[in-house]
Amino acid sequence: MRYLPLSDGDRRDMLASMGVGSVDDLFRDVPQAARLDGPLDLPRHQGELEVQRHMEALAAKNVSAGSVPFFVGAGAYRHHVPASVQHLMQRGEFLTAYTPYQPEISQGTLQYLFEFQTQVARLTGMDVANASMYDGSTGCGEAVLMAQRVTKRRKVILSGNLHPHYADVVDTVTRFTPEEEVIVRRAPAPRGGEDLIGLIDAATSCVVVQNPDFFGRLNDLTGLAAAVHEAGALLVVVVTEAVSLGAIKSPGEMGADIVVGEGQSIGNSLNFGGPYLGLFATRQKYVRQMPGRLCGETVDSEGRRGFVLTLSTREQHIRREKATSNICTNSGLCSLAFTIHMTLLGEKGLRQLALLNHAKTIKAADTLSRVPGVEVLNETFFNEFTIRVSRPAAQVIERLAQRKVLGGVPVSRFHDGHDDLIVLAVTETNTDEDIDALATALTEVLQ
Amino acid sequence: MNRQGRPTGPSVSTGETAGATWTGNKALALDEKLLFELDGWGRTGVDLPDAGLTADRLGGLNRNKPIGLPGLSEPQAVRHYTRLSRKNYAIDMGLFPLGSCTMKHNPRLNEKIAGLAGFADIHPLQPVSTVQGALEVMEQLAYWLTTLTGMPGVALSPKAGAHGELCGLMVIRAALEARGDARSRVLVPESAHGTNPATAALCGYTVDSIPATPAGRVDVDAMVAKLGPDVAALMLTNPNTCGLFESDIIEIAEKVHAAGAFFYCDGANFNAIVGKVRPGDLGIDAMHINLHKTFSTPHGGGGPGAGPVVFSEALMPFIPPAYVVREGQDLRLVEDVPHAQVGRMTAFHGQMGMFVRALTYMLSHGGDGLRQVAEDAVLNANYIRESLKDVMTPSFDGPCMHEALFDDRFLKDTGVSTLDFAKALIDEGYHPMTMYFPLVVHGAMLVEPTETESRESLDDFIGAMRSLALAAKAGDTERFASAPRFAPVGRLDETRAARTPILTWQEPEPKAAAE
Repeated sequence: MRYLPLSDGDRRDMLASMGVGSVDDLFRDVPQAARLDGPLDLPRHQGELEVQRHMEALAAKNVSAGSVPFFVGAGAYRHHVPASVQHLMQRGEFLTAYTPYQPEISQGTLQYLFEFQTQVARLTGMDVANASMYDGSTGCGEAVLMAQRVTKRRKVILSGNLHPHYADVVDTVTRFTPEEEVIVRRAPAPRGGEDLIGLIDAATSCVVVQNPDFFGRLNDLTGLAAAVHEAGALLVVVVTEAVSLGAIKSPGEMGADIVVGEGQSIGNSLNFGGPYLGLFATRQKYVRQMPGRLCGETVDSEGRRGFVLTLSTREQHIRREKATSNICTNSGLCSLAFTIHMTLLGEKGLRQLALLNHAKTIKAADTLSRVPGVEVLNETFFNEFTIRVSRPAAQVIERLAQRKVLGGVPVSRFHDGHDDLIVLAVTETNTDEDIDALATALTEVLQ
Repeated sequence: MNRQGRPTGPSVSTGETAGATWTGNKALALDEKLLFELDGWGRTGVDLPDAGLTADRLGGLNRNKPIGLPGLSEPQAVRHYTRLSRKNYAIDMGLFPLGSCTMKHNPRLNEKIAGLAGFADIHPLQPVSTVQGALEVMEQLAYWLTTLTGMPGVALSPKAGAHGELCGLMVIRAALEARGDARSRVLVPESAHGTNPATAALCGYTVDSIPATPAGRVDVDAMVAKLGPDVAALMLTNPNTCGLFESDIIEIAEKVHAAGAFFYCDGANFNAIVGKVRPGDLGIDAMHINLHKTFSTPHGGGGPGAGPVVFSEALMPFIPPAYVVREGQDLRLVEDVPHAQVGRMTAFHGQMGMFVRALTYMLSHGGDGLRQVAEDAVLNANYIRESLKDVMTPSFDGPCMHEALFDDRFLKDTGVSTLDFAKALIDEGYHPMTMYFPLVVHGAMLVEPTETESRESLDDFIGAMRSLALAAKAGDTERFASAPRFAPVGRLDETRAARTPILTWQEPEPKAAAE
């Protein structure tokens, strides 16, 4: 077996050196009744070639995004990732390292985490960011719990234009907390005009909004932030498309108190939904209520600069049941991919990339608006928008797929009602030919 | 050239001192500045076409202030991250005896397969008809996990071990509520991972701690005394964090069930028994499995993990979406369960990239190889334990399972602490063992070699440990007090980091940033 270095001779010698007759003697604490004596109904070991063949056959049953005109977004986005990102993150010193609990031999990981935290804080317009969460949705759940801790209030107002999965996760994680919860979840408003301010009261811990929202619309949150703050609550802003921050005002500029984001779209592949990268940033004054790992600067015994995981008195391995969260891991490698890609982009490249996405999306929206049976709902957008189609959207998407076009996500996949809406994303990876192919296929399908 | 930022190390040296160099570097030991000090302002390492944007549709929300993000050309970036990588210890470099973490070799076939476009370049919300192969990976992984554990249900979506614990306890709570029997307490042994009590608290339970016996196992009598009609669950790690199999586990399960509670097992240590013992046969109701431990997906410097949870029949109706069901030739993804007791744990369907790696690993080993994994892991740990027991102090009688627990009695009166010992091990070229955990023994040192170490590698490690133990006893305290002497940095001041947290880079002077 190629991953097991011990030979039968080694095993015999080692057992003999211990005066143990057989390896089963080492398992003697296992009750007899619990020991398996026969093989399980599983295949035997296989060589690399056979395993590769098996897995390649499974991969071949999927339609990869790069093989067709592709417009699927709604929380995960296909962008070009520079070749050097994958190469660098696959270095064994990063890939096969552990959480940097021994900082003297983990300065590589710790330094990139410090750089990552700085990049995320600047991008979101906040003071501090943590070393990442599992993904944007779980980060959103943690943000709500944090807002409840900070304000000592329970009521949570969720915008109807928050990604439905994110709202579901908030529902899940708040469901079993000891106190009574009040989660106010608004109905989706694909044409905008949602009034959240009227719902805010003295019991409100936070308002959670997404920008650009689930339907791709952009919203100036400044007025909402003022109303939230006046009531002593916190504004949580969710960003599912990190590239948008290269073109639009940061949530911090608009008054956010906590920003959670999905960082997948920078440096990371689609991966069928995971692993992804939760971005989590907030104001300095709330840092001790933050969940997750934090990397901080310090000095060593000779006064040299170095980095360590810090403020761990918030965390479960120290505080146990009194911790701010039960979270243990972050999304290390994904944060590495993010920070490398962001470093390659720089501010200049990020802005160019964001504007390129926006320009292509304008082209796509204008092209689709000329297709009979299609209405574009958005006046504003970054790289994602919503169309109303004249036939059931789920059926339209399926028929587009039969024509080898992956044309977006039907809103009915999330919500009852709105079954004539499709959310589409357009990125720098889409060519003009892709957009034309989509328009042609849509025209055929809607005839 | 204006080099923003502070000097990073001994590089302030003029090279005039003996042993110092002008650069501060020592041959392959290369210092590296922070990204923000590398003169990357206004630079980019990507070539993008002009957007040709005439009028935007951003609704007046255009970003018009600088963000403050430096950029590097590709050669600079490759060098920056390559230099950083060399400041990390990693499994690829040597034995990584971190108890409770199962730092085994990460096969590169896993990485290659996970990178195939058919897995890496598919979107979670594509039409289900276009991702049948991905759903088949989930189905096959579920089959392996349920077969290896003897437990019929599985939730694949949890993102890491602690997230799996949360899923497991929520399912237990939902099952209790469904039978109209809301309970309030969860029993957790003192030796448990910190995530166990933190998770129970997050689920709205109070945590009640159970003591250990002198033999390092759960004190069954003490546990029985704490059981009652308000106890929702026992959370137990097995093999436990002392590296021991809970030999009374079947009796424990019976008592827990007799009290109307559920039995949650922390599966962090499944590597010791995979293919040898099925948790379902022990009476366990729910257990998370860290794919990044037992099934070799990379730890990645702190994630991403993956924490699927297996369930007994009683808990199956409460498994949260998303999950896969087969309908004849087709696989369907259940994404929404109306009136579900436990809702979605995360957006989308779980850590697909890790599912692919874990399944690749399982297929490579096969059922027979996985059994050998457990046997070799246990053999290696016992070999270390036996080889060190004359110079160190194992906390409990052997044999152990996949990890060997020592305490600091052998360091008594030497002036050397567990921390010093761990840092001295760094100088010997090893990552230290887990230290000060579990909390049930004094100055714990928890050593887990895993099955992917050769005998030669074990002997070298044993040699290093023996040498340190003997040095401590011989009064060579300098070797410990100054350790690590050869790491890229010396011992770091963690108190200072926490007292005045510096969590982001700041321009040393406001003027410099404007250049």
